[in-house]
Amino acid sequence: MKTELAVIGGGPAGLCAAIEAAQRGVEVTLVDENQRAGGQLFKQIHRFFGSEEHLAGVRGLTIGEMLLEDARKYGVKVALNTVAWGLFSDRQIGVTAPDGVDTLEPQKVVVATGAIENSLSFPGWTLPNVMGAGAAQTMVNVHRVLPGQRVLIVGSGNVGLIVAYQLLQAGAEVTAVVEALPGISGYQVHASKIVRMGVPILCRHTILRALGTECVQKAEIARVDERFNPVPGSERLLDVDLICIAVGLRPLAELCHMAGVRFEYYPALGGHVPLHDSTMQTTLPGVYVAGDVSGIEEASSAMEEGRLAGIAVSVALGKVDPQAGAKDLAEAGRRLRALRLGPYGDDRHEAKEKIVQSCGQGAR
Amino acid sequence: MRVLHHPILGDAPAARAVTIHVDGRPVQALEGEMIASALTAAGIKRFRTTSRGRDPRGIFCAIGRCTDCVMEVNGRPNVRTCVTPVEAGMTVNTQVGLGVWK
Repeated sequence: MKTELAVIGGGPAGLCAAIEAAQRGVEVTLVDENQRAGGQLFKQIHRFFGSEEHLAGVRGLTIGEMLLEDARKYGVKVALNTVAWGLFSDRQIGVTAPDGVDTLEPQKVVVATGAIENSLSFPGWTLPNVMGAGAAQTMVNVHRVLPGQRVLIVGSGNVGLIVAYQLLQAGAEVTAVVEALPGISGYQVHASKIVRMGVPILCRHTILRALGTECVQKAEIARVDERFNPVPGSERLLDVDLICIAVGLRPLAELCHMAGVRFEYYPALGGHVPLHDSTMQTTLPGVYVAGDVSGIEEASSAMEEGRLAGIAVSVALGKVDPQAGAKDLAEAGRRLRALRLGPYGDDRHEAKEKIVQSCGQGAR
Repeated sequence: MRVLHHPILGDAPAARAVTIHVDGRPVQALEGEMIASALTAAGIKRFRTTSRGRDPRGIFCAIGRCTDCVMEVNGRPNVRTCVTPVEAGMTVNTQVGLGVWK
């Protein structure tokens, strides 16, 4: 099937790319493997940060509804339950839809496939009810079932802190959050919320093992020294039935690998990331990336990156006057920059600058 | 346990109660919810066992990526229960190793 723009992944980045392009007259087909688009927005029941233009104060799930409404309004064709399993160097996309296998032949592609949670291996980590913090968040906020009653969270980044709070909201007890580093990794505001509710955040602590026969029945934790080795004698058993692993995410970038996009390693962005220019175009002409697949950040920056890609595609397809396009790109770039300020954003901003620089070097 | 009341999300939306058969036993589920949700609500945490060690496995990513939660559904093995909706009368069996086609 031919289309002007194919967007792979209907999360915040993919939806924003699709909306920006569609409202500029591009014919857009968005494929998503799930029953509903929106990506992880519908499990983000907390209010977003940023400024008013970033929809600060609005809950993630509400933003999800707004984006789906805009996608409908501007005529984005959304193919749900459709898995994109291949992206080839000529931009053809292999998909499996409910009615069979098909090939998409787009003029431009935006890969917005998001991220996957990292894990941590320790004795017992394969037991049922050791799961990703995002998995527990999905079960509680989307499916509305609590997988456990007494929870240990491993990792104090924003995901760990937010999921701890949301498990409390759903009626679970959070026994502790352990963090191997000397300080809390996430925002103070998220940490304070759970500390006020009596949840101990144990820095310089780690999990040693999960105990149980059929599923988690206990967790053993211990203090760690400066070199992250457990301190003998500091072990203790926690009576928990759910262990949530919140140790970061990494880009879900197989399709870019497969197509032959050049990658580089950026720890600040979660690992190996596809190189892209300031309009999100990768080292393969006509293939763009946006959101977590291009480096782990959060939903607000994913949306702005999606907008950059959608505008850039519209310009490249000749749908808008290049000068008007350049102005819109600059605006989106400015909003994106505002999300990468301060101590939490500097590393990401610098890494993104290097990516753009690297992308410009060497033959495309 | 189901989260019936929630300070942000409000009351759980109404859904038709249906019965599915898990390892031969009837389990109450909600039509359209994911199989993994129905099993979690029923207190079932072990979804399959591994080929060699017969070690228990359950939900790990809950978004259809890791395949840890696969089970035999209506005679078909390796079905990702976290992204497969419940239908009335479904047969869901604990999968051993790679499972069997029936």
